Amino acid sequence: MIEVQDIRYSYPNKVEALKGVSIKIEDGEFVAIMGQNGAGKSTLVKHFNGLLKPSQGKVLIDGVETTKSSVAALARNVGFVFQNPDHQLFSESVEEEIAFALKNFGFKPEIIEDRVTWALNLLSLTKYRKTSPFLLSGGERKRVALASVLAWNPSTLILDEPTIGQDHEQKEKLRQFIIQMQTQKKTVVTVTHDVEFVAECNPRVILMKEGKIVADGEGKEILTDPALLELSSIVLPQIAQIFSKLASLGFPKDVIDIYEAKAIILKVMEEC
Amino acid sequence: MAIIETKNLTYTYPGASKPSISDVSIKVEKGEFVLITGPSGCGKTTLCRTFNGLVPHFYQGELKGEISVAGIDTLKHHTYEMAKHVGLVFQNPENQLFALSIEKDVAFGLENVGVSREEMRRKVDWALNQTGIFDIRERSPHEISGGQQQRVAIAAVLAMEPEVIVLDEPTSFLDPLSAEKIFEVIYKLNKEQGITVILVEHRLDLTAKYTNHLIVMDEGKIRFEGDPRQILGNEETRLIGVGIPKATLLYQILKKEGLNLPDKTPLSSEELADQLLEAIKLQ
Repeated sequence: MIEVQDIRYSYPNKVEALKGVSIKIEDGEFVAIMGQNGAGKSTLVKHFNGLLKPSQGKVLIDGVETTKSSVAALARNVGFVFQNPDHQLFSESVEEEIAFALKNFGFKPEIIEDRVTWALNLLSLTKYRKTSPFLLSGGERKRVALASVLAWNPSTLILDEPTIGQDHEQKEKLRQFIIQMQTQKKTVVTVTHDVEFVAECNPRVILMKEGKIVADGEGKEILTDPALLELSSIVLPQIAQIFSKLASLGFPKDVIDIYEAKAIILKVMEEC
Repeated sequence: MAIIETKNLTYTYPGASKPSISDVSIKVEKGEFVLITGPSGCGKTTLCRTFNGLVPHFYQGELKGEISVAGIDTLKHHTYEMAKHVGLVFQNPENQLFALSIEKDVAFGLENVGVSREEMRRKVDWALNQTGIFDIRERSPHEISGGQQQRVAIAAVLAMEPEVIVLDEPTSFLDPLSAEKIFEVIYKLNKEQGITVILVEHRLDLTAKYTNHLIVMDEGKIRFEGDPRQILGNEETRLIGVGIPKATLLYQILKKEGLNLPDKTPLSSEELADQLLEAIKLQ
């Protein structure tokens, strides 16, 4: 469980990025943190694995304050995938990159082999096993960064903009994987600007603005509230846009799922 | 005359076992808004790098076939000569920012082509304003967020007012509203000044409505090219992993269910909403 108790955080240049944030994320939850650039989203999630320690307030991971444990100890349970994969890749081959953390955590060679093969397959990277990550495309490098974290099977996963550079098929696989994590009671926290991905997953959504939380609730409820989204510099997902334009004819406004949309439209047309 | 024309373009990075793009023949007319999409790793970025000569002059490797951009054979001219004609915004903005201040980064290209001081001031300020970074112009490009860096990279290219702007997922770090504003600025330049735009994007929900020339790539090859309504209306496009806009997908689903909608495939929520309003009125 992640518990954030009224934290504030200022960077060394005195910019206060978090101005009193409190949240509780239970095991097995899938949370999307959204909001304007500079709202404090990345700063907040960097507190979850102890990369940053609050200037004021407390962050507890499974009941232990992050100031009382090292990043190395936290990393075992909290995997972090950065926004820009070039900030975390350094090995000579994709395979070595994925094996690196596993070796550090002291896994046996057979297990490392198994986990690497599994992660390569999950993220459609098997054909690049021996390739240098730096020869891959931006979207593929992002997947290598993801694979290297998923491989050690952390109980909490923090994904900063995981869908950048990913095509529809890869996004769908990521969605399936997150669902699978949830069934294992694992926690996934993602920072994302990808409204369509969030609309497809319908997670709990936390909206941030200027270092504070401005909304916290079900995706479907938040992503269909135009005033709230505009405040956070987010646009409505396409299905919600269509339904907001049909609202004058008595259509419901809170629709983000394409199959729900289809059912509603067909029903209305039949009744006409 | 086409502003970009390639014939059987095939390129292999040094040390790579197979080509990243193969047998690519495309023709882009002046003033078009071209959208290039396709599965991750399909060669989109590599193709963009041929437009200003980065491939092969910087990346080396082997390029076969013919390419002409703004009437210039990029194989026979240096990348710096191409810079006047083609502006490229990279996927990762960190790779192209280097100056001590945002303003200096945006002015760099103009300094190199010898523009007068007043004209430089005017163009730089205009580009800073268009991208919403005028107020932070004196800060270092290395202490701002990824989203802000993307704005700087776009401003630096806009300031040059090139004939062709090539943007490789230029707003991936930006929040949706800021991304939309940037796309609107680019669309306006395309419409009002006839600047040719080549945009690489996966997120067609945000961008399909701007394009009049769609290119879908897969495994280094051109799979579909032409009218976006026709290509996105074709089921095969979805099957190769292209994320077609939700409005387009919903239109297809409703059509299949027998709903009487016009034959014009919608590319945006506005277009589909209008079609649905019309259909309901008719009933």
